[in-house]
Amino acid sequence: MSAQETGTPASTAPAGGPGYARRWQRIMDCVALRQPDRMPVIMYATFWLAKYAGITCRQLMYEYELTREIAERAIVEFDPEAYNPMVLQSASGRALEAVGFKQLQWPGHGVRDDQPFQYLDREYMKAEEYDEFIFDPTGYYLHTYLPRVAGVFEGFEELPHFPGLHYFRLVGGVRSFAKPRLRQALENVMRAAEEVERYIGHHAAFTERMNSLGYPCTNLATSVSPYDFLADYFRGARGMMTDLYRRKDKVLEALDKAAVFLLRQAVAGAKASRNPIVFIPIHWAPDAFMSDAQFRTFWWPSFRRLMIGLIDADLIPMPLWEADCTKRLEIIRDVPPGKCIYWFERTDMVRAFEVLGDVVALRGNLSPSLMTTGKPAQVDSAVRHLAENVFAKGGRLMLDCAFGIPDETPVENVRAMFDAARKYAG
Amino acid sequence: MSERAEQEKQLIEWLSDMREDEAIALANRMLLEEKANPLRVLEVCRMAMDIVGQRFSQGEYFLPELVLAGEMLEKIGAVAKPLIRHSDGPAQRKLARVLIGTVHGDLHDIGKNIVTFMLDINGFEVKDIGVDVPVQTFLEEISGFQPDVVGLSGFLTLAFDSMKETIGAIEAAGARERLKIMIGGGQIDETVRAYAGADAFGRNAVDAVSLCKNWAAAA
Ligand code: B12
Repeated sequence: MSAQETGTPASTAPAGGPGYARRWQRIMDCVALRQPDRMPVIMYATFWLAKYAGITCRQLMYEYELTREIAERAIVEFDPEAYNPMVLQSASGRALEAVGFKQLQWPGHGVRDDQPFQYLDREYMKAEEYDEFIFDPTGYYLHTYLPRVAGVFEGFEELPHFPGLHYFRLVGGVRSFAKPRLRQALENVMRAAEEVERYIGHHAAFTERMNSLGYPCTNLATSVSPYDFLADYFRGARGMMTDLYRRKDKVLEALDKAAVFLLRQAVAGAKASRNPIVFIPIHWAPDAFMSDAQFRTFWWPSFRRLMIGLIDADLIPMPLWEADCTKRLEIIRDVPPGKCIYWFERTDMVRAFEVLGDVVALRGNLSPSLMTTGKPAQVDSAVRHLAENVFAKGGRLMLDCAFGIPDETPVENVRAMFDAARKYAG
Repeated sequence: MSERAEQEKQLIEWLSDMREDEAIALANRMLLEEKANPLRVLEVCRMAMDIVGQRFSQGEYFLPELVLAGEMLEKIGAVAKPLIRHSDGPAQRKLARVLIGTVHGDLHDIGKNIVTFMLDINGFEVKDIGVDVPVQTFLEEISGFQPDVVGLSGFLTLAFDSMKETIGAIEAAGARERLKIMIGGGQIDETVRAYAGADAFGRNAVDAVSLCKNWAAAA
């Protein structure tokens, strides 16, 4: 297939209002390792929006209309090149409730009204369940995982085991759907789906609105590295770390399997969104977490396969390398040039530029302590440092905070960040 | 070398090389079948943990090894502790007392657990009071446990305020003068230390150990 047929990244982006094409082009220039006409600045905000508007985190999560208004106000005020899917990432309270989601606590459900939601690190898949997961991930999801992580699926344990049903057994298998618990669960799921539809509808309407105002969303699809998927959402931090010794082979098998279905899902999601960038927050890659040998064995191979799969599908992986990943830079350099955006949280950006500047676009990384406790003048000089030592030297940098605007950041520091970007880099 | 000494050497090697199955089987045999002195077995485990700690400080070991070492130690401790009789000998004297916890609003505990582990194997008496610890609980634990050092851990930016608040309350309760306060966690740096009013911050568990050692030596 030619590039024409598959669509180059720029052409897959939806058309938008005035300024849209220019803003999007700057980002695509960075990805392609071309010099943009100015350093793009990205606005990534989640619960900071509550601080910005003087409302609680709870309101931000529940008052969908209000959240849309606030997000729009922030984007228009700061005029970034692109923004993160703000409504999707914050206004989810009713959807979480409808689904009975157990892996998060959120305002009114375990945390105070002025606190953001938080993920609970638990063992959601037992060590003995690896074989089930590997043999039949779908069956494992239906019968075990889904009811464990979301109340709405309680009752799915009663579903028939589909593989193996045949002939009259297949007809008889339908009988499971007569069980009251399962029937109730199916009704609950349908009801929850309506709420989730509303939630996603708000997000879609917001994205449309921003398009028409000329502001692209950085990404609509997200994915996860196979290792992080297994560590965060299945085994838990502790379980995963000990598995590297106790069940090495099963871990590797599970990662191989996950890499396949995660890729399929990410490609389908990104294609449906018509935005080529796939955001992949990364938890377990940092220097402090595992040795070089463990990283090369357990973490990197399945993730690289996922990234290459995305690139082959004309998508743009945008991993966010959390914490300090300096020691990984040489390894993660091994991707085709001009295809990815690497967002770094605490890795020194100048160092990242030196090692990776000819391979990937960069994003980041004003420090959270600076943003929350520093003065505007300090923010100004941190931006200047990045503009002069990365962007001006040919680094395709999109300025952002380390992981978006920290929730507690004073508004004047955000203003200083945007002003300084224009002052020092066009 | 006597048979026992040989065995002890073997246990140290298996524990420090992460050979869990062999190490646990050997420790169980020593404790349950051969009736070895449980305090001595725990002392041998501590020597193995020293090696683990050193390998961590030298960048040879990382989180998986520390977590696994901690779990091996727990397993052996669970067998050994009920077997300890008074006649087995005095408990080891500790360098200083450290109270540690993750401040309120924050649930991250991996970093804190490692600090706890490293302080423990370096001879400190450590009390770890968990995650999301309210200010009031810190105050109660300080008056009960009487620590020389309080360690506050936190990874979220909201933890900066929780730390400041906790330290402020310790001061208001009149306990600030009697103890040293160190803070740490992913985002913690000098700016946060000054903001929260701590005596020091540590980038990692090795820093935490040297801070406590320096304070213990000065006391
Ligand atoms: C693993 C992780 C998680 C795990 C935690 C598992 C667990 N049981 O702890 C899970 C997935 C559950 C998680 C959840 C969340 N996380 Co988290 N998480 C991380 C991550 C990737 C690593 C943190 C970690 O454990 N490091 C491992 C340790 C060993 O590494 P280390 O820092 O080098 O450790 C040393 C030092 O910290 C020091 N130290 C630690 N404590 C102390 C104490 C003292 C006294 C001293 C001296 C030293 C010291 O010694 C340690 C050992 O050497 C960080 C990224 C980062 N940059 O840190 C994000 C990060 C901390 N998380 C973040 C967020 C936002 C969250 C969530 C809110 C996400 C969500 N919406 O659900 C929830 C919060 C839950 C809560 N209320 O706490 C953000 C915080 C951002 C912010 N502005 O506040 C970070 C920075 C990620 C990011 N880039 O956004 N997280």
